Amino acid sequence: MQADEVETDWAALVIRVRDHQDKAAFAALFRHFAPRVKAFLMKSGADATLAEECAQDVMATLWQKAGLFDPSRASVATWVFTIARNRRIDALRKARRPEPEDLPWGPEPEPDQAEVLEAQQDTDRLGAALAQLPEKQRALIERAFYGDLSHSEIAAETGLPLGTIKSRIRLALERLRQQMS
Amino acid sequence: MTIRHHLSDQLLMSYAAGELPEAFNLVVATHVSLCDDCRAQLASFEAVGGAMIETTALADMSDDSLAACMDRIDGLSQATARRPLRGAGVFPAPLADYVGGGPDKVRWRNVGMGVKQAVIRTGKDASARLLYIPGGQAVPDHGHRGLELTLVLQGAFRDDSDRFGPGDIEIADEAMQHTPVAEEGQVCICLAATDAPLKFNGLIPRLAQPFFGI
Repeated sequence: MQADEVETDWAALVIRVRDHQDKAAFAALFRHFAPRVKAFLMKSGADATLAEECAQDVMATLWQKAGLFDPSRASVATWVFTIARNRRIDALRKARRPEPEDLPWGPEPEPDQAEVLEAQQDTDRLGAALAQLPEKQRALIERAFYGDLSHSEIAAETGLPLGTIKSRIRLALERLRQQMS
Repeated sequence: MTIRHHLSDQLLMSYAAGELPEAFNLVVATHVSLCDDCRAQLASFEAVGGAMIETTALADMSDDSLAACMDRIDGLSQATARRPLRGAGVFPAPLADYVGGGPDKVRWRNVGMGVKQAVIRTGKDASARLLYIPGGQAVPDHGHRGLELTLVLQGAFRDDSDRFGPGDIEIADEAMQHTPVAEEGQVCICLAATDAPLKFNGLIPRLAQPFFGI
């Protein structure tokens, strides 16, 4: 990873894609995320050609759905992961994946900057925590997400600090329910 | 809606990882539609996926990859608004999408004693069905091979250990022998999924099993 990438505000780039169809912003997102998505798909069992094709699909979906991304709820990396996961289910398992009912919220035109930052920091902290896990445990979590374990083999105990993310999103949901009622 | 029985972390993580059979996906997506707690927990597991994407070793993209993708998005329009799927009656959106509407659109089949069911078409690795159980009626006693999820959409049922009301999910495995009974009052409607065929203890239901597709 280049040093300057650490500071890149990916959410701001997605918003530039959304508001201005900014191709330079898209190219920056592509250079960062496409090789990661391709690696993810190859570890999930796709060969290099299929993974390359699907990584391009995922990035094209990012372009198309930029307007639906809510940076106060999830980091760009998390959003890209969900697109890549769905593409994998489609391409490798050829199965349908029902999604939960959408809530009538966001994306707001001007998301709260503090919340955007928190969502990004969640991902950074989780990445650091993941790196610090004992090798055996980290390998199990990775295999679960690469689709290398069946659902009955997946262990729920990750050893990762997920409580803060859950509470943050739980609070946002409560606020939303209050606004709706 | 006060939900007391939630999805397990194992199921939520498997759903986040994209590793559940379609029938279980449907039950998870339907419960999460009703339950903010599980929705938030699911988001935290998806964030683990995000952290993995962010920290994974990179694969090389081919040289013309970015140019090819730029060409591709040139002709693509951007989505400006969600086209949200809508729930229907007591069926949240993902279930209403499979059924084509609410409980009135379900093609119920009688299985005796006023109990009805309808199989929902999903991938073959697990099966999903809707159950319609009049108050006071028991769901036929069955043992399980594999995992069974039962999500209450309307009414309530009780088994030996607990009460399950709207939004509650019961997670049962091989070890469990139970006799759920619908509470008096409103008809109990549930969405159930299992990754093994049900094994009924009574002789007649067992004979009938192949005919009802359960």
